[in-house]
Amino acid sequence: MVQLTSRPDEAAPRAYADQRAPSGTAADAAGLGRTRAAGFVAPSLLLILLFLVLPAAWTIYLGVTNYRLTGLAAAHPEIVGIDNYTNALGDGRFHTSLWLTLQFVLGSAVIGQAGLGFAIAWSLRERRGPMRRIVEAFVLLAWILPSSVVAFLWIALLDRDGGTLNALLQTPGTAWLLDHPMACIIVFNTWRGTAFSMMLYSAALDNVPPSHLETARLAGANTWQQLRDVVFPLIRGHVLTNLLLISLWTFNDFTPFLITAGGPEQRSEILAVYVYKVALSGGQLGFGSAISFLMLLINLVIALIYLRLLGRRNRAGRGLRGEEA
Amino acid sequence: MSTVSFVLTRILRYVFLGLVLGFFAIPLLWLATAPFDRTPKITTSMPDFALDNFRTLMDNPYALGSLLNSVYLAGGTAILVVVLAALAAYALSRVRVPGRDALLYGLLLLSSIVTGTATMVPLFELAFRLNLIDSRLGVILILSGGLLPAAIFILKDFMDSTPTSYEESARVFGAGPLRIMWQIVTPVVRPGLATVAVWAVANVWGNFLVPFLLLRSPDKAPAAVIMYTLYTEGGQANLALLSTFSLLYSLPVVLMFVFVSTRYGFRFHGGIKR
Repeated sequence: MVQLTSRPDEAAPRAYADQRAPSGTAADAAGLGRTRAAGFVAPSLLLILLFLVLPAAWTIYLGVTNYRLTGLAAAHPEIVGIDNYTNALGDGRFHTSLWLTLQFVLGSAVIGQAGLGFAIAWSLRERRGPMRRIVEAFVLLAWILPSSVVAFLWIALLDRDGGTLNALLQTPGTAWLLDHPMACIIVFNTWRGTAFSMMLYSAALDNVPPSHLETARLAGANTWQQLRDVVFPLIRGHVLTNLLLISLWTFNDFTPFLITAGGPEQRSEILAVYVYKVALSGGQLGFGSAISFLMLLINLVIALIYLRLLGRRNRAGRGLRGEEA
Repeated sequence: MSTVSFVLTRILRYVFLGLVLGFFAIPLLWLATAPFDRTPKITTSMPDFALDNFRTLMDNPYALGSLLNSVYLAGGTAILVVVLAALAAYALSRVRVPGRDALLYGLLLLSSIVTGTATMVPLFELAFRLNLIDSRLGVILILSGGLLPAAIFILKDFMDSTPTSYEESARVFGAGPLRIMWQIVTPVVRPGLATVAVWAVANVWGNFLVPFLLLRSPDKAPAAVIMYTLYTEGGQANLALLSTFSLLYSLPVVLMFVFVSTRYGFRFHGGIKR
């Protein structure tokens, strides 16, 4: 069974898994009846519609207006059609931001979190002892602390004059956040989010039968060959799930704002920060909405790929079990 | 040969794990040393032990209040989400509604792509029109809307796996649906309710963006936002205040994490957080 419950808010995997349960419990044991059942669901549905569905739909409407936070256009917004979109798509700052976001997602999620998470899970497999507990505890701590606290911890670490990093590397006066802002937030986000990948991969590696690895080792396979020929085929589903989820989260991460605020000179201005600056600091709500809508589209694409893959895997899983039965 | 490579692999592994430990631990050390240092500096160093820094928490007009605000936001959201999601999950689990699975599935998909970051503009707009700017209730409602789909989903799973026979007997004896829900279903699915509550609290406790966008007056701001203003607002940062405040603000999350992981094991069959 897919035991990838992952973070509960991404419980989407179980949307499919759900169908496994014979939903025959619907015998209405408590005698609720349709009307009262609707009454039970209504308050949740109202909140969801109002604060989840409506904003998503509203993004589309705002995106075609010249709505602004203040001034004439605030009182009487006009429909400007797809101007915002064409402006955004032709805007150099938007292009740069998109490119930085791509670097951020590839560098910190795909390479950083997934790579490091797998490496840690691999070196800790079949180990139970204080070493494993200590390493895991610190990795997890980086993940659970509030974002504004860890943001400051990194600002302190990278500080030009008194930063611990400069003290350790004996490079006094290096202004990491000013000289290499993108590298800083990429390393930061790797540090911040590796825990999820580590836990997911260590759960996946627990399912790799040790006998398979033993056989490969006896046949003379080196570590790399074992990984490629034995481990990877068995955990491919986990890898895909992991990559898509962490890409989605990293793409929507606002924490870099707390460290660099997009600066200096917009050199670390990923899309999340760009939208904030254009729409809420700059007051161009219409233009900002157009960007938001493009972000929603990108999210949708990632999520759909993810769900498709899960669907395929679950169907495959069900087929297998069907044969066994 | 094989012993040599075995030893080498071992050494490499320990070197790697040592580096990993350093990478993850070094940024965190400041949080453990600075609050107890007589003269906190930005550099991590062995503290010259003193507890004076904690007095600065009293002197700052917003520090302690913001923690209360965080408790209020997190508690309010958790209660709202647990109650509403339990009702909805129960109804969806026990009554066959056409298109139920498609609805749940669609809402989940929506909640995972509609994040605060991508929809900050319309959320702000909406809050403005509903007169929810600078209202803590507004923050609670908006955060609840985002958490509800997943919460309903988790709880429906719990409800699906509980037997309905007790409910049937209770009904025979004349108990109404709300009473059945409260006296029979709630005790059975308590672990599920606890999971959702802890998850909601963890979510709201660390959330920066939504209160940052919607709350204007500093006396309503939660700790996440006050923390940010403490180190961004001009002048020399007050390190005594910053370090003690960070520690106090982080402590509940760490305690909750320790509690959950010792009690249930923090593995991937019941991960919490966000």
